[in-house]
Amino acid sequence: MATYAPAHHSLPHGHGHHELPPVSHWWKRAGWWTASGIIFGLVIVAFFRAVFEQTPLWEAKTYVGIAAITGTIGFLIGIGCFDWWAGWMIGRKVDYHDHSLHGARTWRDYLRVNTDHKVIGVQYLVVVFTFLCVAGAFAELLRTELARPGQQFADGETFNGFTSAHAIIMILLFVIPAFAGLANFVLPLMIGAKDMAFPRLNALSVWMLPPAGILFLIGALIEPFSSGWTAYPPLALQGGIGQTLFQVGVQVAGASSIMTAVNFLVTIATMRAPGMTVWRMPLLVWANATTSALVVFGTPFIAGSQFMTMFDAVMGTHFFDSANGGDVVMYQHVFWFYSHPAVYIMVLPGFGIISEIISTFSRKPIFGYRAIAFSTIAIAILGFSVWAHHMYVAGMAPWLRVPMMITTVVIAVPTGVKVFSWLGTLWRGKIRLKTPMLFALGFLFTFVLGGLTGVYLGTVPVDIHLSDTYFVVAHLHYVLFGGAAFTIFAGVYYWFPKMTGRMYNETLGKWHFWITFVGMQLTFMPQHWAGMQGMPRRVADYDPRFADVNLASTIGSFLIVIGTVVFFYNMITSWRSGERAPWNPWRAKTLEWLVSSPPSIFNFDTAPQVVGSPYNYGVPGARHAIVFAPEEIGGESTEQGDRPIVVVANETVASTALLDEVRERAQERLWRFELIVPRGATERSAAERRLATALAVLREAGVVADGRVVDGGPLDAIAARPEDTHEVILATYRPGESQWMRHDMVDRLRKAADVPLTHVVVTRSEAREPLGGPAVTHLLVLACDAAGTPGLTDALVARADREPISVTVACPLGLAGATWSEEAGARRAAAVARVRAAVDRLHDAGIAAQGEVIDGDAAAAVATLIPVHAPAEVVLAEELAGSRGAAQAAAGEVAVTTLSTTTAGA
Amino acid sequence: MTRSRHTLPLALIGICVFGATAAVLLGIEWFPERASREATGIDNLFWFLTWSCAVIFTIVTTALVYSIWRFRAQPGDDSDGAPIHGHTGLEIVWTVIPVLLLIVVMVWAWIVLEDTEKTTADRLVVPTVAQQFAWTFQYPEIGAQSGDLRVPLGRQVELELRAPDTDVIHSFFVPEFRVKKDVVPGIVTRVWFTPTKVGTYPVVCTELCGVGHNAMRSRVVVMPQAEYDQWLRTTRAKLAA
Repeated sequence: MATYAPAHHSLPHGHGHHELPPVSHWWKRAGWWTASGIIFGLVIVAFFRAVFEQTPLWEAKTYVGIAAITGTIGFLIGIGCFDWWAGWMIGRKVDYHDHSLHGARTWRDYLRVNTDHKVIGVQYLVVVFTFLCVAGAFAELLRTELARPGQQFADGETFNGFTSAHAIIMILLFVIPAFAGLANFVLPLMIGAKDMAFPRLNALSVWMLPPAGILFLIGALIEPFSSGWTAYPPLALQGGIGQTLFQVGVQVAGASSIMTAVNFLVTIATMRAPGMTVWRMPLLVWANATTSALVVFGTPFIAGSQFMTMFDAVMGTHFFDSANGGDVVMYQHVFWFYSHPAVYIMVLPGFGIISEIISTFSRKPIFGYRAIAFSTIAIAILGFSVWAHHMYVAGMAPWLRVPMMITTVVIAVPTGVKVFSWLGTLWRGKIRLKTPMLFALGFLFTFVLGGLTGVYLGTVPVDIHLSDTYFVVAHLHYVLFGGAAFTIFAGVYYWFPKMTGRMYNETLGKWHFWITFVGMQLTFMPQHWAGMQGMPRRVADYDPRFADVNLASTIGSFLIVIGTVVFFYNMITSWRSGERAPWNPWRAKTLEWLVSSPPSIFNFDTAPQVVGSPYNYGVPGARHAIVFAPEEIGGESTEQGDRPIVVVANETVASTALLDEVRERAQERLWRFELIVPRGATERSAAERRLATALAVLREAGVVADGRVVDGGPLDAIAARPEDTHEVILATYRPGESQWMRHDMVDRLRKAADVPLTHVVVTRSEAREPLGGPAVTHLLVLACDAAGTPGLTDALVARADREPISVTVACPLGLAGATWSEEAGARRAAAVARVRAAVDRLHDAGIAAQGEVIDGDAAAAVATLIPVHAPAEVVLAEELAGSRGAAQAAAGEVAVTTLSTTTAGA
Repeated sequence: MTRSRHTLPLALIGICVFGATAAVLLGIEWFPERASREATGIDNLFWFLTWSCAVIFTIVTTALVYSIWRFRAQPGDDSDGAPIHGHTGLEIVWTVIPVLLLIVVMVWAWIVLEDTEKTTADRLVVPTVAQQFAWTFQYPEIGAQSGDLRVPLGRQVELELRAPDTDVIHSFFVPEFRVKKDVVPGIVTRVWFTPTKVGTYPVVCTELCGVGHNAMRSRVVVMPQAEYDQWLRTTRAKLAA
């Protein structure tokens, strides 16, 4: 169940998991923070109501609304979503590569904030399937009430609460986040990335879902929101605190959705493996890129609509209050401007999943790849121009109906292109009816029906009859159950081996499919007729002539429950004790199948190289990507000798940051390193000294490394790279400090290199920091007056030409008496200037150096600085030769030598 | 190339699927009674759409069923299918034909829409108020109001739909007339129909309006002109008394 790290892979920036507190710590903290948040919210409202003399002091909706927001924020803080950012904001030293929250070793790691996209994907799915049960329970309640005409156990208000809770939880906490969860797990793997672009944001998105769902659930249980998931005012304004919780819940779930979408967009735009052009992206990636764009543009509208209704309800604004100049229809425009694109948000990722599955299980290239990709974009763009087809009879401007009908009906064309392309993929394939494929084919059949009834509802005169009847209920369940839920099930079965490392039970999977398929048709097929006959939706009771169809629907819905129980039983038992899954059980081509099941902690040991289409089934010799993985699963064996990684750096070449990066890469044992130093305006000899130091450090660490200095800038260095370079690592100063960073140098280099380029940023002080370790002799040089002279530098340069050195220049002032006197201050300042000059001069000569000024004499300086800098040798400038005895005594085992500072410079 | 092998089984499956679809479409009474002039145009458009969809559904299902049956891999067969990446001709066909079909649908729909909302000069205007959870139909010329909508046969009726500012959205729907319109607080909406059949039909609220939504029903009574005039007279007399 846990993702694991292969033994040879070490965390690049080791923060062992053993340092983390246990899971209970986070949950206790979350409990305290949630309680504090709620109390804080209540107190704030009470305070302001008292100050502004609002009567009555107790106004439930206001308190509940604010407390719901502050409580949610409290929970997110307590569970630890903001820890890293908070540390950064208050100026605590944070590690940008902090992986302490990354990955799961045991199942407990799934219960805390985790930045690993694979863990987050599983967290998403567990949360959404939990809420599927909740929303499904509401569905069964309402279907049971509707089994016979007349009231069984729920009055109108309770019943309206059932439909509202069922719909909003299914939409915002099952369908939309289920796709986000699947894509979270799969998408970075598919594009050859090590994670999402913003792992901490990713963690925040998933942890916002439970509070959102709990808000809906509390609302539905204590004072049900009962104005439908559409929550049209003015009806929504008549609601109680349940409605307020609904409004806050939509904000929380919506914010989560937006953050995930931004994350996907950036990930897809910037983190694709080398060679993965847009036309080599799997169609799931296309689908998620498009969906994410829809989410980012659309979701703020539903957020706005719910804020406005909430303000109307708790603050007395009049957005939708017609008595005071408000506009009731405006709500519907704003609401549907999100909620129609939301329909595509709920189905486009499913289309992506289906494209993967149909191609894989037909063992054929997807038919019309580009047509499917373009049709996805067409649907997304058109999707924003059709919202008012929900409002043909709503009293909006009549002229809007025909244009909206045209755009609506036109969407059938790209959708049809997809359906026909999938059929084309099946044609002359080698079809295998595994469970994911069964769901995909079931989807195809069902979705075509749902799509066709969509054309009826898009056609204005027909819709006038059908609007708000059970025909709409049937249509939307054909596309949401047959379209979205079937694809989610297909995706869960398809990637189950990859996620858990175990196979699901095929027999139970097939039972699940057939029971659900039959149950689904039985539930929703008869509703078409009821709608045609004029049975309105959202009614707790109906005309007795609809008794039989409703009974059939109810029986069908019970069948769905049975199917879902089979599904959960299969998932849980297979996860615990299923057969071990191979890396690539479906012999698929996309990248996620070319890594272990489950994948290792950072997915890919080395960035894969994409070389072709992801759907090249049956094409002799074709391959999608070269992955350094065992050959039997389609990867490239790694025994072809080391390929070069080119390191380009000038003044930063001997910096710890860069050398760490190289050492980390070297642990993959696939590479040799070629350090190319473009010297630019610096002295060749200085560049060579720096290079020699870097090489000494690397070789000492067992890294295969070679280097040379070239004339010119970084572009010249790139030009001098070996033919088969795998990657370029570029080290520069920070943007403001670096000459190279002007003129978009990194981008230009990336283009010129044509291989992946890693950019390591080194601060100026880091670059000057003397390197320690056995490869570089660190000298503690004591000099006072001589520090300001070139003589000292020259003597040290002569030494550096014999062996790599780094230097701490220390000036012992030998102050006697008051160290705070004016005279002492002046001497100190002068000494600092001299030491600084010496450090600069050494740096220009290619020797890493730092300076110290010590008030005491030479012996005191030695005693103070040896523990700090751990020098290999203490060097006394000639002028201090007299203190050698005392210095040696203070130095203990460290050798003390003297250095002539006059002759060398003469 | 392989047409000969696939044509016959495809045709057979197609006939079966279309036959079953047609049986469902013809064997069930889909619409409620047709009782207004507007219903005719809407029903015709509906059936054109339905038969077009039946053809598309048949094509898709046939291809699906045949592919599953004919191209299923034998156990132990690990080979791949034919590396077909697409077919530009086919892609154009299945883009252009739906476009043409939809153009017909859209033009037809537009014509029907214009036609259903054409008003006549002698129409009967009935101010109507919907509120939680009742309908009130007003007859200003006799100063009466009624919970049932009474209209004469064959004369166009225009309802002026209003809801009080303090109320919520409702929707006026008579399935037999195929007309529907929301009643929105703050604005006046209108709906037109011309009854063509004497009888009593349900008025259904189709916009969720609260606890009594499912019970917010009324009736529309269509009566011959003479009977309607008689009703007007007796109601006026009753009010005067």
